[in-house]
Amino acid sequence: MLIHLSSPHIHSGDSIRATMLAVILALMPAGIVSVYLFGWLAVFQIVLCIIACMLTEFFALKWMGRATAPVWDGSAALTGLFLALTLPAAVPWWMALFGSVCAIGLGKQVYGGLGFNPFNPALSARIILLVSFPLQMTTWLIPMHIGTSAIDLYNLSHAWQLFAYGAASLPQGLDAITMASPLGHIKTAWSQGIGVSQALHAYDYSYLDAFIGRETGSLGETSALALLMGGIYLLARHTITWHIPVSFITTVMVLAAIASNIDPNHYTPPLFHLLAGGLILCAFFMATDPVSSPVTPKGQLVFGIGCGVLTWCIRTWGGYPEGAMFSVVLMNCAVPLIDHYCRPKIYGASDKQEEQS
Amino acid sequence: MLKSLWHKLGFPQAPFEGGITPDMSKWSAGVAIQDCPLPPLLIVPIKQHIGQACTPLVHVGDKVLRGQKIAKSEGYLSVPIHAPTSGKVIKIEEHPIPHPSGMGLASIFIEPDGKDESDTSLQPLEHWQSLDTAELRERIRLCGIAGLGGAAFPTFIKLLQDRRNPIDTVILNGIECEPFLTNDHRLMLEHSHEVLLGMQIIMHIVGAKKGIVAIEDNKPDAIAAMQHGLGTLNHKSNIQIQALPTRYPQGSEKQLIESLTGKQIPTGKLPMHIGLLCQNIGTTHAIHHAIMLGQPLTERVVTVSGDAVPEVANLRVRIGTPMRYVFSQCGLENFSHTQILHGGPMMGERLRHPDIPVIKSTTGLLAIRDETIKPVHQAEDPCIRCGHCSEACPIQLVPNLLMDYCKQDQLEKAADYNLFDCIECGACSYVCPSHIPLVHYFRYGKGQAAQVRREQSFAEASRLRSDARTARLQREKEEKAAKRRKVRETHKPVKSDKPPITAENKE
Amino acid sequence: MEQILHAVLALGAFALCAAIILAIASKVFHIEGDPLSDKVDALLPQTQCGQCGFPGCRPYADAVASHAADVNHCVPGGERTMLAIADLMGVEPKSLDEEEAVPMVAFVREDECIGCTLCIKACPVDAIIGAPKQYHTVIADHCTGCVLCLEPCPVDCIDMIAKPELLEHWSWPLPNTQRAQIGAERRESHQHA
Repeated sequence: MLIHLSSPHIHSGDSIRATMLAVILALMPAGIVSVYLFGWLAVFQIVLCIIACMLTEFFALKWMGRATAPVWDGSAALTGLFLALTLPAAVPWWMALFGSVCAIGLGKQVYGGLGFNPFNPALSARIILLVSFPLQMTTWLIPMHIGTSAIDLYNLSHAWQLFAYGAASLPQGLDAITMASPLGHIKTAWSQGIGVSQALHAYDYSYLDAFIGRETGSLGETSALALLMGGIYLLARHTITWHIPVSFITTVMVLAAIASNIDPNHYTPPLFHLLAGGLILCAFFMATDPVSSPVTPKGQLVFGIGCGVLTWCIRTWGGYPEGAMFSVVLMNCAVPLIDHYCRPKIYGASDKQEEQS
Repeated sequence: MLKSLWHKLGFPQAPFEGGITPDMSKWSAGVAIQDCPLPPLLIVPIKQHIGQACTPLVHVGDKVLRGQKIAKSEGYLSVPIHAPTSGKVIKIEEHPIPHPSGMGLASIFIEPDGKDESDTSLQPLEHWQSLDTAELRERIRLCGIAGLGGAAFPTFIKLLQDRRNPIDTVILNGIECEPFLTNDHRLMLEHSHEVLLGMQIIMHIVGAKKGIVAIEDNKPDAIAAMQHGLGTLNHKSNIQIQALPTRYPQGSEKQLIESLTGKQIPTGKLPMHIGLLCQNIGTTHAIHHAIMLGQPLTERVVTVSGDAVPEVANLRVRIGTPMRYVFSQCGLENFSHTQILHGGPMMGERLRHPDIPVIKSTTGLLAIRDETIKPVHQAEDPCIRCGHCSEACPIQLVPNLLMDYCKQDQLEKAADYNLFDCIECGACSYVCPSHIPLVHYFRYGKGQAAQVRREQSFAEASRLRSDARTARLQREKEEKAAKRRKVRETHKPVKSDKPPITAENKE
Repeated sequence: MEQILHAVLALGAFALCAAIILAIASKVFHIEGDPLSDKVDALLPQTQCGQCGFPGCRPYADAVASHAADVNHCVPGGERTMLAIADLMGVEPKSLDEEEAVPMVAFVREDECIGCTLCIKACPVDAIIGAPKQYHTVIADHCTGCVLCLEPCPVDCIDMIAKPELLEHWSWPLPNTQRAQIGAERRESHQHA
């Protein structure tokens, strides 16, 4: 029984599931790096978040009396993967579960499901977690192969103990296994009046390490290289367009360049901003979430620039060390307005007509 | 602005904004045009063009010759219809036509007598260069020629000379960007001389100095054939052959003009307002036959293709041939689990059954298997605002936002988002990962807007009639009151000696 | 205590400024518009049938504009008109009392017509032509389908027939591609098969 529809009667073959799977594939390099750095802990977090998100979607749809087929279209799994990659490794399992339920329940289903959420679901969950549990969400584990961590995360039982029972149950204690993130360290140094180059030197910071990913941070944001590989794959596949990542990153780097030129002692250089925190993860994967970002190219540029300005401002002057996720969610609020005013000039419209519209 | 700079630097083949590159499936490109034999019955609808329907001139039982006028045009926007072969009119009644509604129109049923004798009342006009252009235009109208690219707009109106909008370039649309269709391709390959001569006639009629034949670069043999054809023309004209990159919808008039000249047709205007005229290859070929051979439009080349057709072909089919008969010439008899498309797959319409006649606007007949179409027409998922539709749109609309407004009947908002600039090319629906039938929603929105306009104008007329009636009744009441007053004034009481007769003193 | 006083005074002054600006703006940027009842009348189908309970479309429009009548009384206008009026008046849409009917026109069976002119007098838009002792006929293009001519006819020779759908006026319906809808249709067809 075929549905009677008008033309066209051929299709490119693209589908939502194919798009979601492509993004999941693009995140694989970052996932592999996270397992390399955080061992079994990364595996547990990722698996928990994906399953929790899919289950939440299933129950939410059932409760609303809707068909549960959308659980399998890959969007819930993708949100779970995103959420896991933005969490610090030592986040307790119940916090990750709570975050997953918030991401799908409050970040997506409450607005009507896929396609209706104004905010990026994974980021809105992360913000809920950060504001509710600020300590655990800014506690960074010492990764494997870097420094001396007092815990072997490749050991399944050790990793399970940390994951299931929390850091309090470990004999080593929390301090032995945690360290500050680069951004966190800079923010603390700023408040103590220590200059930028001195602080970086004290941290033993290396740009190369930051690029490859040999640093601490949340599960997926450490390796710029892995994320760029994924981002370029998405650009080549035409799943995302260049407008948001390029405008987002360029704005942050331009602002950082201007500021650090004026006062290199107080403002970190642009390359540091590029490789620190979740900028590349947000610019290529979070800000480009199609549902919560603008549709039109002009709008996407405006969105990216706005995100960039907010990210740099929050990082430099704000109360939190990392501002990328806040900036994306803040710009998400403005997306309907951006969409309305940044419509492309249609075929045949004169410049005068454009001004009138 | 950047586009015109691009052209000034000498790059004429800049493609237009947007567009898609589907699999072209030109399976019938190598198949020469063959004549489709006469079917046992021809069904000729009385409206095959944009404009008013024609009125039948013949009656049941009349004998007709091929090319004889059997329906005359009504009103200005109309062209007559001619008998496709010699035979007898056996009935005139309603019959389904190629229309998505499945509705029918009055049609003239002709039974061929097999002799295929032609009406020779129209003389060839071989010396057309010395003739008045009005006479040439009248000949084109008389021969029933309408746009054969699918739109079927009466051609003679397009060829009118307007002093305020002179034409300086005639563009021959040899693009044929729809997948599967190859009728224009074969016409250019096999009849390049006639097509180019037809182009010269058109240029003479509108007074254009220049002509461009635009051909997509996936037809190198046609480009070569037309280039060679230029050399066979008796007198030289300023005609050049231009190859353009293969991209859908390059063949759309607006996009073709943008790629060739870098200019855009202003909203609401026509190509003639910027001095251009576009014409289809098939129409031009028909114009050649009308002028040089005195033959009215009685047949056209139709591509028969699709994965359910055993032998794809390009057939010269008489107008009125049932599609079932045309398909059977290509080996397709069983239509179970098969979908029939009238036209190309991007803008053609699905027909419910093959017992519908070929008409002037039938560019192609496609038979596609159910399994091929099923994944295309699926349930829709919610829009994920990916923006692919906006990138693909050749008019630079924002289809997903427009679709929301059409769906919710917010027609003013939809008009503000340029719903009426949509050319319904289908590029947006093609790329949508959620399988949303965007063009269907736009057609719904346009239909609703037209209906609202009709209802509003009817309501306005009813209000005027109601007010007129109220005024009339008021007027009648006042006239009656005035008359009564007049009677009372003129007929004053008369003085009498006798007392008035009352019930008491009645005798 | 002083700080509270300062805060109250500051906010109060700010509120006063805002109020003055708003008052000036409402005068300066005031738009002259049509009276509301004209706007409501423009939305009505002008059938003049009286099914709303008012003697014509204008009286109903006046009543709606003065909030004396609900927005859901116009039957020929259907749901679209009700939604448009509700939107204009800024009230919640209310479902119609009666179901929307197919558009109809009146048709006089001329063989039975006795030429009494009662229907001619009843038609609010003068869509019936005829004269005493002559056949009467409805001009189909002018008929609004208000049904007012049926009652006065003493021989009941008037029918209401559905307006014929013209090919030129056909338009695409909404696509039925919602998953739930398709699922329901498939289940039904399996049940019947």
